[in-house]
Amino acid sequence: MLTYIIRRLLYAIPIIIGVNILTAVLFFYVNTPEDMARKILGEKNVTPAAIENWKQDHGYNLPTFVNTKEEGVQKVTQTIFFQKSVPLLWLDFGRSDRNNIDISREIRTRMWASLAISLPMFMAGILINLFLAMMLAYYRATYIDLWGLVLAVALMSVSTLFYIIGGQFILGKLLKLFPISGYDTGLDALKFLILPVVIGIAASIGSGVRFYRTVFLEEINKDYIRTARAKGLTEGKVLFKHAMKNAMIPVLTNVVVSIPFLFYGSLILETFFAIPGLGNFTIDAIQSQDFAIVRSMVYLGSILYIAGLILTDISYTLVDPRVRFE
Amino acid sequence: MPVILATDLIVYFIVAAIIYFALAARGEGTIATAWRELKKNRLALACMIILGLYLGVAVLDSIRYRDPVVGENGQVVKTTEGKTIWSPQALSLLERSLSGMMTNTEKTYSAPFADRLFAKEAIELPDGTTVREYPKIKHPGSHWLGTDKVGSDVLFTALKGVRTAIVIGAGTTLIIVPFAIFFGVVAGYFGGFIDDLVQYIYTTLASIPGVLLIVAFMLLFGTTGFQGGLITEAQIDFGVFIFNDRLFWLALILGITSWTDLCRLIRGETLKLRELEYVQASKAFGVGSLGIIYRHIVPNLMHLVLITFVLQFSGLVLAEAILSYIGIGVGPQMGSWGNMINTARLELSRDPIVWWNLLAAFLFMFGLVLPANIFGDAVRDALDPRLRYR
Repeated sequence: MLTYIIRRLLYAIPIIIGVNILTAVLFFYVNTPEDMARKILGEKNVTPAAIENWKQDHGYNLPTFVNTKEEGVQKVTQTIFFQKSVPLLWLDFGRSDRNNIDISREIRTRMWASLAISLPMFMAGILINLFLAMMLAYYRATYIDLWGLVLAVALMSVSTLFYIIGGQFILGKLLKLFPISGYDTGLDALKFLILPVVIGIAASIGSGVRFYRTVFLEEINKDYIRTARAKGLTEGKVLFKHAMKNAMIPVLTNVVVSIPFLFYGSLILETFFAIPGLGNFTIDAIQSQDFAIVRSMVYLGSILYIAGLILTDISYTLVDPRVRFE
Repeated sequence: MPVILATDLIVYFIVAAIIYFALAARGEGTIATAWRELKKNRLALACMIILGLYLGVAVLDSIRYRDPVVGENGQVVKTTEGKTIWSPQALSLLERSLSGMMTNTEKTYSAPFADRLFAKEAIELPDGTTVREYPKIKHPGSHWLGTDKVGSDVLFTALKGVRTAIVIGAGTTLIIVPFAIFFGVVAGYFGGFIDDLVQYIYTTLASIPGVLLIVAFMLLFGTTGFQGGLITEAQIDFGVFIFNDRLFWLALILGITSWTDLCRLIRGETLKLRELEYVQASKAFGVGSLGIIYRHIVPNLMHLVLITFVLQFSGLVLAEAILSYIGIGVGPQMGSWGNMINTARLELSRDPIVWWNLLAAFLFMFGLVLPANIFGDAVRDALDPRLRYR
């Protein structure tokens, strides 16, 4: 088991390096430091001296990949790539381009706000989706199932934006059940969190229920279920005990991969509800064109995704004895 | 004088692809069998008709030409060298057939079918006194979905969004299909080092979250490119063609983030096909690799392409709205439901509220995405029942 995990981690290294190089090419080569300086200092009336000054201040006054002026190792180390991109490998995100804030510190404080909405959304969402899907599977081939499925497809055809705008308008503005947006620290945050969590779950119900339903139905058509029924077990017991356990395997792939992403929060929900999480941080950086932050967040997102894949593989070996470590 | 945007070409390609699959459905083979299966599903056929209507609007909105500038006496204005001066506006067939909707604008908001504007104005009565009253609108009854802040017809704006949605939903997949087939087949067929390399490339690309990669690309490309509105001569290449079309770049970038799934599927299928008897037999007869790929492998991958095409469609349409909301989608002058939602958000906090902009965007999006979802599922089930539970 341990060797399997170690090998799986080693596989991730070339991919992480690849992501690092790709982001560096995108952010330093396609979009040169001159472009960045011009965007941040304002497109017009910017003198070459001001650009040089900005590059000097922010450490962009080096060649991109190879420094021909230096000797030996310094040829590689005295470059933008080595100074700005390589430290990302050990999660040193540096400072932002615009306000010179410490990105790592910002991530550490903001991820809790992200987690505060994404964790309840994730847990409650899975439970609700699984429960509804199981109900549909229990009443399969009846009108309940048919119309439930139609409703699920209709729900997943509505853009998330409509759920958010509609939810804010009906629950927040008309019924005045919750504050429309905002955030607070400690327990006071609770009243701000309910609305985004409810809306986030509502937006995921359509696709979630449909996916889990097909998973359950596939299990239900297998031989061991027929055997269980032939034994004389009740339908409920067959479904909730026998089918449920085996259906967990495809459910895991869908679920585990997104666990690390809970720290990342949600780009859209956080901006709509003004929650100071990482998603909001990213959107702010996009809109103010702070490339250091965008680069860090792209990189962080990739790391979390790769971590999710590794977790998925490990959880597979835990729940399914047929999957071998070799 | 015709004008062809890069995205117009995409729309023509979409039509060509549909004709290709329609012809394939008439012959024999996987697609023909699937079509016979699909014909039994009446709901799917109804959805197909709705999708066809949307496509029709998009096609009408993709054939555009410029009129010569006409002087006061109805004479075509010419330069001193005798060249005709063309109008900077390239109107599409859709805009020409609905020119009433395009030009009958009001001053500001008006509700659907309303006969009065939404904001009070000082009106001078015939006896000389002025009162603050809701003024009558200029074209009562013509605005089925009301008018927006600057008085344009909302139904017209929503119709203009159809082309954007179709280009993003179908064009994106179309752009990436050749690359996905090439890399997937090469990796699956030749194996070894090439396989490792291709797998490495798509795993790396896939591990960057899609939205963030798109954001990064769009930020870097900035706000360049044609975004609808008036055309300057500098934007036109070869006299008729506009290549630097922002919507085209958006589709391309969405494609870069979504080709990995198709590539992985194609690689897997190629691995399987390579070992089949008839491929082995043609190898034994001395048919070259290219011949085998062209004659035996690629035709047998087409059902995967079609499945991906229909299944990715609705997700991409929804993604476009979100990107436009973040502000990295199509420009404000290009009709887009995302832009409509973005402006409608603030209108809900007005008092009394302006709801028809949001309703229009909702109806048009839902009317496209729901049939696309149903049709997509039907196509997948008809083509490959094994994939149903993925």
